Amino acid sequence: MNAVAGGASGALRAPTGHGKKLEDRRTHDQSKRIIAGYGFWIFLISDIILFSAFFATYAVLTDSTAGGAGGRALFDLKSVGIETGCLLTSSLTCGLAAVGSRFRRSDLFQLAMAATFVLGAAFIALEVHEFARMVRAGNGPTRSAFLSAFFALIGCHGLHVSAGLLWLLTMMAQVRARGYRPEILRRILCFSLFWHTLDIVWIGLFSLVYLVGVAR
Amino acid sequence: MWGKLSWAAIPLHEPIAIVASAVVLLVLAGVVGWVLVRGHFAYLWKQWLTSVDHKRIGIMYVVLALVMLLRGFSDAILMRSQQALALHGGGYLPPEHYDQIFSAHGTIMIFFVAMPFVIGLMNFVVPLQLGVRDVAFPVLNSVGFWLTAAGALLVNVSLMVGEFARTGWLAYPPLSELTYSPGVGVDYYLWALQISGIGTLIAGINLVTTILKLRAPGMNYLRMPMFCWTALASSLLMVAAFPILTATFAMLLLDRYLGFHFFTNEAGGNVMMYVNLIWAWGHPEVYILVLPAFGIYSEVFATFSRKALFGYRSMVAATMAICLVSFMVWLHHFFTMGAGANVNTAFGIATMVIAVPTGVKIFNWLFTMYGGRLVFATPILWSLAFVVTFVIGGMTGVLLAAPPADFVLHNSVFLVAHFHNVIIGGTLFGAFAGYTYWFPKAFGFRLHDGLGKAAFWCWVVGFYLAFMPLYALGLTGMTRRLQHYEVAAWQPWLVVAAVGAAFVLAGIGFQVAQLVVSIRRREALRDVSGDPWNGRTLEWSTASPPPSFNFAVLPQVQGQDDFWRRKQLSDAALASPADEEYQDIHLPRNSATGIVCAFFASVMGFALVWHIWWLVGLAFLCAYATFVKLAWREQQEDSVPADLARELDRAHRAARQGSAA
Repeated sequence: MNAVAGGASGALRAPTGHGKKLEDRRTHDQSKRIIAGYGFWIFLISDIILFSAFFATYAVLTDSTAGGAGGRALFDLKSVGIETGCLLTSSLTCGLAAVGSRFRRSDLFQLAMAATFVLGAAFIALEVHEFARMVRAGNGPTRSAFLSAFFALIGCHGLHVSAGLLWLLTMMAQVRARGYRPEILRRILCFSLFWHTLDIVWIGLFSLVYLVGVAR
Repeated sequence: MWGKLSWAAIPLHEPIAIVASAVVLLVLAGVVGWVLVRGHFAYLWKQWLTSVDHKRIGIMYVVLALVMLLRGFSDAILMRSQQALALHGGGYLPPEHYDQIFSAHGTIMIFFVAMPFVIGLMNFVVPLQLGVRDVAFPVLNSVGFWLTAAGALLVNVSLMVGEFARTGWLAYPPLSELTYSPGVGVDYYLWALQISGIGTLIAGINLVTTILKLRAPGMNYLRMPMFCWTALASSLLMVAAFPILTATFAMLLLDRYLGFHFFTNEAGGNVMMYVNLIWAWGHPEVYILVLPAFGIYSEVFATFSRKALFGYRSMVAATMAICLVSFMVWLHHFFTMGAGANVNTAFGIATMVIAVPTGVKIFNWLFTMYGGRLVFATPILWSLAFVVTFVIGGMTGVLLAAPPADFVLHNSVFLVAHFHNVIIGGTLFGAFAGYTYWFPKAFGFRLHDGLGKAAFWCWVVGFYLAFMPLYALGLTGMTRRLQHYEVAAWQPWLVVAAVGAAFVLAGIGFQVAQLVVSIRRREALRDVSGDPWNGRTLEWSTASPPPSFNFAVLPQVQGQDDFWRRKQLSDAALASPADEEYQDIHLPRNSATGIVCAFFASVMGFALVWHIWWLVGLAFLCAYATFVKLAWREQQEDSVPADLARELDRAHRAARQGSAA
């Protein structure tokens, strides 16, 4: 109910004593971790609402093709399938990185983060390639409202992944330079929450945009 | 090199804009010069601009709101005087300028007056009422404030460089699309609100996390002061609604910058989708603004009636009910879209349903006063005026919620009267009540009461004179946003409305005088007890102004209105804690991240408006680098030694005893 009682500033109420102080420090950091994670969840909820606005728009405009091609003619499920594979695997490696940080295994952490980066970058490269192919064929976002909504929805996710890659590199550098300080561990927690959320959003995109688009 | 920017962007042909810009620049130069010459800059930078203390950030939010109120109100004066003169094309404002003025007025009053005012009060008060030392994320709090300020800055820059939108405060397409608004006005509007919208989202996340995760020991949910409940509801709405605004504006920006077709007339774009999306944000937004005001009234009625709030639990339930239902009524802003009788009926009924929890609140406030010993200080005057005014606004709202009536009144000045009725009578009166109520807590001295009452009467009389005629005009068919008109019968009403605006001007004059006089006579108005109103909640239990750490020892809460309860018990309940209960206190360090990031965000916004792409990239990189620098800093906290905390706390308690005796 009241986190502070055993937490952030509650630590300040405990009797003094050296051992006790060390423990207070620990509960202080522990509750900060909970608060940071909680706040980040609230942010993620807001981010999901952002996506839902783009989703709703896409749903409204999906038939507004202005005489141009629809999803069935445009989507290449094979390429999107590889993209999906990359992103889902990157969630696994991101989880491994979290395990690495938990057990202070820097080799595991750095390797798993690097793998996450490579998979994420491959995902972005494939997506950009897909986009370029569509634009070259005259099916860019300016062609129809449907394509505007499609590019914006998928592009919004792509931008999130790109921002995640930048964050990922920053975290790798920070751990290397500073080690596993409490504040850095909190950031790793938030980063992995972010990355897994993007994965969940992608599952929505893959099913509702690509699979339904091809099936219609 | 400089994109679309050239010397032609400075509106030399518009004397009003040029004179206004010159005045603003002079005042700004004067303030900056004064600060530098008197050597206050180091103090300002260390103690305020880079502060991550929720109290200082809250105060800066309110200062921003008050400054922007002057700007927004100047626009109002221009509009009311123009309309009073504009029969048969009279008046002095050309249409393209008049259109910018009403757009800027709405944008500024909602986003840069009402929002920062309520967010500032929440920021200042909520941690104190919860009995904790700061919000959950102090540095982010500073970033959020400065991004809001960056948005306000961009809107004001548009006065001097370029133009502002001429589209109304919500920039409906297709008018706001590139085809019909090729200038930079809409771009200023969009980027300013995107930047400040991120700030608002940050504030919302911060407050939600603070209220749900950081409370004093024993402060369970049903012991929280009513203001904290309304702050929670309002912040939840910010988190849920602002992303929709961000997405909607992003789509319009894509239309304008990259030729997308979300809301265009061509290629399958759908204009009504914008209107739906913007009101899916916009309706919750009005509750974001008014719920904290409801919280303020609840505090004020209880304090000045010397009674506990009547029906606390029903008030909590009503607040959360409004929070929920506010997301289910957005379509009533455009019944005329033609969604059909069934859809309109559903939304009409949902809208009327909101009046039920609001009515519960009104009765709770009335019953709080019933049998109480009322003290007629300025805050309760605002609250009483609110009850009467808001009931009128609520009733015209229920009238508008009936689709057949709405078809007649849609986009008329009846609507303008209605929403000013609820926003001024609800949010603004509440903000003024809160400003007067918590001012002594923030600065340690009261505001001058006589001048406060003079301001109050001018505002109330001015409000009724300015907006009651608009109800009549709306019923006779006058539409909103008219630069000129041909119906002679309207003019007398519009003259009365202009006189009302003059009364409000006098009210604002008294408020400025009140602030100046109060600062000059602060020794006479000093309050050393920290509890000038005989308050009920925890913020009154600490010193005024509160020390950086708020509470030397965190309060152990045992009931609702805990401070009042302790005051009723015995001196022992208020006695100082034992020596060993004082501990070293860790506080977050100040950080320039907020102001520096916001500086780069402003540069980026300006560069985006004028298509200066290299500067966009540069500013983004600098903003990112600022964050990395923050992430790399060695020391995140400073500590206050237990001895100092004890000394300050004991001194305050002695002062309170002294003033009570």
